Amino acid sequence: MRITSFKGGVHPPDNKKSTASLPIVDARLPERVVIPMSMHIGAPAKPIVGVGDAVRKGQKIGEAQGAVSVPVHASISGKVIAVGSFPSPMGADAQAVVIESDGADEWADGLAGHDDYLSLNPDVLRNIIKEAGIVGMGGATFPSHVKLSPPKEKKIKYAILNGAECEPYLTADARLMEENPGDIIEGLKIIMAILRVTDGFVGVEDNKKAAIKAMSAEAGKVACELVVETYYERDGIQYEVPKGCKMGVKVVPLPVKYPQGSEKQLIKAVTGLEVPPGHLPMDVGAVVQNVATAAAIYQAVRFGRPLVERVLTVTGPGINEPRNLRVRIGTLFEDIISQCGGINKKAAKVVMGGPMMGIAQWSLGVPVVKGTSGIVALSEREAVNVMDFGPCIRCGRCIEVCPMGLNPSVLGQLIEKGHFEEAKDYGLLDCFECGSCSFVCPSGRPMVQFTKWAKRELARKKQKAS
Amino acid sequence: MDTEKNPQGGARVFRASAGPHIRSGESVPHIMWTVSAALLPAAGLSVYYFGPRAFLILIISIASSAAFEALAQKLMGAKITVSDGSAILTGLLLGMNLPASAPFYLPVIGSAVAILITKQLFGGLGYNIFNPALIGRAFLMASFPRFMTAWPVPQGSLSLARPDAVTGATPLGILKEEGYRKLLSHFASRHDMYVQLLLGHRGGAMGETGVIALLFGAAYLLYKGYITWHIPVTFIATVAVLTAVFGGDPWLAMLSGGLVLGAFFMATDYVTVPQLKRAQIAFGLGCGIITALIRLEGGYPEGVCYAILLMNCFTPLLDRAFRPRKFGEVA
Repeated sequence: MRITSFKGGVHPPDNKKSTASLPIVDARLPERVVIPMSMHIGAPAKPIVGVGDAVRKGQKIGEAQGAVSVPVHASISGKVIAVGSFPSPMGADAQAVVIESDGADEWADGLAGHDDYLSLNPDVLRNIIKEAGIVGMGGATFPSHVKLSPPKEKKIKYAILNGAECEPYLTADARLMEENPGDIIEGLKIIMAILRVTDGFVGVEDNKKAAIKAMSAEAGKVACELVVETYYERDGIQYEVPKGCKMGVKVVPLPVKYPQGSEKQLIKAVTGLEVPPGHLPMDVGAVVQNVATAAAIYQAVRFGRPLVERVLTVTGPGINEPRNLRVRIGTLFEDIISQCGGINKKAAKVVMGGPMMGIAQWSLGVPVVKGTSGIVALSEREAVNVMDFGPCIRCGRCIEVCPMGLNPSVLGQLIEKGHFEEAKDYGLLDCFECGSCSFVCPSGRPMVQFTKWAKRELARKKQKAS
Repeated sequence: MDTEKNPQGGARVFRASAGPHIRSGESVPHIMWTVSAALLPAAGLSVYYFGPRAFLILIISIASSAAFEALAQKLMGAKITVSDGSAILTGLLLGMNLPASAPFYLPVIGSAVAILITKQLFGGLGYNIFNPALIGRAFLMASFPRFMTAWPVPQGSLSLARPDAVTGATPLGILKEEGYRKLLSHFASRHDMYVQLLLGHRGGAMGETGVIALLFGAAYLLYKGYITWHIPVTFIATVAVLTAVFGGDPWLAMLSGGLVLGAFFMATDYVTVPQLKRAQIAFGLGCGIITALIRLEGGYPEGVCYAILLMNCFTPLLDRAFRPRKFGEVA
């Protein structure tokens, strides 16, 4: 199969060596967790516990608000000691529930799983996923059940798992694929059952040979399973599944190039289809979920376990002993880093997620959230100072690398002068802020910052107008 | 917040900003200095051919360009960015566009026009419409034609005196005034003519004669990816093809005048040429057509300078006409 890669992209040094071969280890049970009510895109959850309440692991502590929202669960058992505003790694302070551990680490009652999970009604499966608080764990944190509920008229043909992990430094997804391929593939089968598709794909960058091997072996077992007939009911409509139709999962090795793990670029690599500007993946019949999300879906459906922990990579020159850890949601960065030999003098910038699209943290007193794929402590030499940028010299490097075929050079200059509407004409809204343009810019221009600013200004103007 | 009560009492504060948090390490000064370095073989060859006076002209040109840049930025209260190397590159290119016989005040005047008017008045680095060094050359051409049309013939002389006595026409000048046959008679054979042109053993501006040294520098820039083939190859090929079509000698056309210098080092100036590859091909094509037209039909023997300057005007239009295909857009 020939992979049609996207035009553009960059090759930052991958720096995965220090953790790529380190097995995932369970982090120490935290004494205290700070669990933000907003760890997802959409309306924040509303706390349903108060100070003094005893909670157990997996117990719901925040209720979803509206369609694009998910509930939040306690990640340890213990006592609620505070409900209030606390720093969040996703930006400004956010409402959070603080739980002090009782050391027992007991699961809440009534978390029932399902043995026959593939024969459940898709709506039941969607609800389990929503109630388990599952969101995109690659960092985007979009509620998974929403992505798995395309409108009836959108015919979904491809269920794609994202195992590209194209960000430098991160190895959490690669380790998960290597160590728990079964969970991921079962999660994918649940996704396929919900979407009623027979073609599943797992895209993995070609530099993760062990992960590809492990996933391929697991995917090979899927091919012989028949699609069970109970998938008929969907939104009250009869759905014909051809007899003898088989589920098949293919592991697709992807070219090693950033941002290969971006949703639209991944879909192109796997299906050859390009999602048109302003459209969603479902418009070309594709639904993409991260591999860690698929594993979480399996845990939720099979064992009734809500999303209370995740795997992340703690690494970078600023970390003394880089590791891949399985961490409870709400554990503070400083607690985790102390289990990795501590932070050293080299650390100049601490990023949640990868160094290309991650969010810089000014403090280590922030908790791990559902989208925390890594904690990367960059050195002074690597971490750039964005205050120091020059004029655009029109060298065109950004145009060469833009995976969306935009002209970041012109966009940047328009935005710099406040011409947001014109920037929109130049494709501002197609930019997904991968940062390839800034990465190559010899003038060090903060293109992503420009883009974020312009998008916010446009949104504000629109809000004012309506 | 009270750290006693706050479970999040992180002490150390780190730098925070939007991503990406790492960069490729490429920088404007690095680019400018590398391009300047790529010109050094040709500059060195010109010093070898035209003597120490050539060296002095180059130094004066570079120094005055740098000084005017600093002066303009100081007057405008802007940050002085001479160290980014862009003014120094302009000075070097301007110097290489002058005859070694030029009086010493010529590069100073040229630099003033290039840096003060063409670059800084338009907003400084990144905002100038025209190639500063070429505007400098064009200005001197118009204002001091006596000095700018008397091109010294390489002597290998070590004299600092102005080599007035030995100036002559350039090969293209002879071609224009006296014809191809007369030009050939200056050389032992046609083959000898090509070799002499390649080695730079002919009259002309200091930097444009040593074609072989220019190609060496250009190859390095191509290898480093600082320039791409799109403009220079299209430019030179267009000149060669048009010359051949109209009965001229395409090899002579490619090796003579300022074509190699212009195509590889001036028509590749990021700021004043199109950014998009397809637009660059159109740009190179335009440069080639105008150069050939001027050489074949115009009053001047050489047209590279004006061709590039004229095409500089079209840069914004070309970039708009050849917008890249957006991802997912139906072409």
